[in-house]
Amino acid sequence: MADQSNSAASTAEADKGYWAANVRIILISLVIWALVSFGFGILLRPLLSGIAVGGTDLGFWFAQQGSILVFLALIFNYAWRMNRLDAQFGVDEE
Amino acid sequence: MDQFTINLLFVGASFALYIGIAIWARAGSTSEFYAAGRGVHPVTNGMATAADWMSAASFISMAGLIAFTGYDNSSYLMGWTGGYVLLALLLAPYLRKFGKFTVSEFIGDRFYSPTARMVAVICLIVASTTYVIGQMTGVGVAFGRFLEVSNTTGLLIGACVVFAYAVFGGMKGVTYTQVAQYCVLIMAYTIPAIFISLQLTGNPVPPLGLFGDHVASGEPLLSKLDAIVVELGFAEYTTHHADTFNMVLFTLSLMIGTAGLPHVIMRFFTVPRVADARWSAGWALVFIALLYLTAPAVGAMARLNITELMWPDGTNAEAVSVEQVKNAPEYDWMETWEKTGLLSFAPETSTEAAAFLAANPQATVSLLQPDHNLVTIAPDGRGEAEIQAQIDASIAEGNILHHLDKNGDGLIQYYNDRNADMQAKAAENGWNGNEFVEFNRDILVLANPEIANLPSWVIGLVAAGGLAAALSTAAGLLLAISSAVSHDLIKGQLNPSISEKGELMWARIAMAIAIVVATYLGLNPPGFAAQTVALAFGLAAASIFPALMMGIFSTRVNNTGAVAGMLAGLIVTLVYIFLHKGWFFIPDTNAFTDADPLLGSIKSTSFGAVGAAINFAVAYLVSGMTKPIPQDIVELVESVRIPRGAGAAAADH
Repeated sequence: MADQSNSAASTAEADKGYWAANVRIILISLVIWALVSFGFGILLRPLLSGIAVGGTDLGFWFAQQGSILVFLALIFNYAWRMNRLDAQFGVDEE
Repeated sequence: MDQFTINLLFVGASFALYIGIAIWARAGSTSEFYAAGRGVHPVTNGMATAADWMSAASFISMAGLIAFTGYDNSSYLMGWTGGYVLLALLLAPYLRKFGKFTVSEFIGDRFYSPTARMVAVICLIVASTTYVIGQMTGVGVAFGRFLEVSNTTGLLIGACVVFAYAVFGGMKGVTYTQVAQYCVLIMAYTIPAIFISLQLTGNPVPPLGLFGDHVASGEPLLSKLDAIVVELGFAEYTTHHADTFNMVLFTLSLMIGTAGLPHVIMRFFTVPRVADARWSAGWALVFIALLYLTAPAVGAMARLNITELMWPDGTNAEAVSVEQVKNAPEYDWMETWEKTGLLSFAPETSTEAAAFLAANPQATVSLLQPDHNLVTIAPDGRGEAEIQAQIDASIAEGNILHHLDKNGDGLIQYYNDRNADMQAKAAENGWNGNEFVEFNRDILVLANPEIANLPSWVIGLVAAGGLAAALSTAAGLLLAISSAVSHDLIKGQLNPSISEKGELMWARIAMAIAIVVATYLGLNPPGFAAQTVALAFGLAAASIFPALMMGIFSTRVNNTGAVAGMLAGLIVTLVYIFLHKGWFFIPDTNAFTDADPLLGSIKSTSFGAVGAAINFAVAYLVSGMTKPIPQDIVELVESVRIPRGAGAAAADH
């Protein structure tokens, strides 16, 4: 009986740890997501204007291509990390 | 074989393929109808999601929007892809874990409130219906041009095809037809782009060509384009001109809206596991990125091609002559598109032409005869009524109002006649205003292969691709609407004891009604394709996305809070849109315009992000003032967060 409630408590503890790790990965990803699109693509474009890329500047490249490529990397990185996290915490599906 | 026959072959073959797949993948159970039996591979689902997602607006309108605005319309590129990051990280895996069939069902269960579920159903139907109008308009544009039928006939054919594969196949049929439609649309989009990129830059990869060098001049393509448009008095292509605050809000609205559109979210219910939902979002973006990385290249290259066609010897030499437009084969596409009214040289009506001729003794107007000869009408000292009578008589004989040579020099000057510097230059050259006035942005992609003089099979392929894009999204939306009606409204609310067979029947009836309504709205659309779509985004952003996100990430937001939040977001956004676009889109009932918006620089298309913020704020505020959520719901939220046991949830059905 005591064992059972102990293991239930430790499962709840582990689930909390899993969720905290998940939220951390999400937050870091979202910071990068905002930086490449709203940042480099729009607001910080004047800062990047000195870096020439194909007849224009790096900000234009981020707005039309770079941000999309970073978005792709973010999602695959997230899926890979989360699947590893699932296995680590033993919450993955068989 | 003539172009029409080739178009017919390509379109006919692709339709036969879609219907064949639908017959093969008939849905026999509600699980198959709503979620394709949850057996779809993540890569397959990614491809279907891409087709579901990339609509007539992405395929037909987006490159045109970028071509004529340049950098400022990058919002579409970032917004319509960035939403997938939100979807993959914040929604898809959890909703898959929850394991139900509709978005509203999650909202109803999580917020333990049938009212919340019904509010979600209303939001979903409003957003999906607004969106479907754009798709149906797209079907009209594509059919009108490629099958040489009227808009109405074209729409009816399109509606019958969607009916055939969506009503019988349900989600299962739609999934596999969407995979086929993705293949058709991506080939149709990239093949002409590869040819054009090779012609202009020598690089077969369009996204690289965009930042490469223009072969003819040796300069970078984008600086060449900047130089040429500036010389004609248009805004520089790569420079930021738009209001920055509005651009940020617009991009954010498109992102949140993308993540909140129910027909896209629903696709993640079809994969077997939570991990697959994550991969699947990544694959969806891979397939979407293939088109979205190509689109800016298509836009910039088409803009350069069109400008050079109008100024064959450079912007400082003479413009294209009337004779050349009439006789040279590279201008044939203009003639074809003139018939649709989407492209025109000044002026658009015989009344305008007659008035201008009467006032300007040096001007002439040409009419194009069916045998491609030109008849020219000059004022010759006559009055407006007499000239109008002659033009109208000529049109009655089957001729098309072709162009108005405002200064009678036999050339067609194309420049920005609203630019002050350009007006001075034009006055010096004796020009009398821009003579190439109407270029509808929606025709850019469809006309692109013709502009670049590509073989006729490419044109046929593009016809099939445009239709695939519009039809796949329309089917996805209709499925979202019909499952909301049959599963949430009928089974969830009106008749919970309905048998599975009865529910399936209702799903099909709801689908059929939705198609009829969508067809009607497609015939009476409120605006051009991409704009209507932007409104659907505002609604999804302001209502559905925040409710789902709070449902997963908060254990504080309760039933009252969620309902109040959704209603506040939806109503404020709708009112803001109606104030700018007219109440229920009825023309002339708007109090403000997007050029002069109600709040600062926030256009109605950018308001979704504000609506979402209102939704979040109201939901938290109201939740804080009312009873905390019950323990069993806290447990539900916690279980949704953990992937373990997703298979079991699916077995409930």
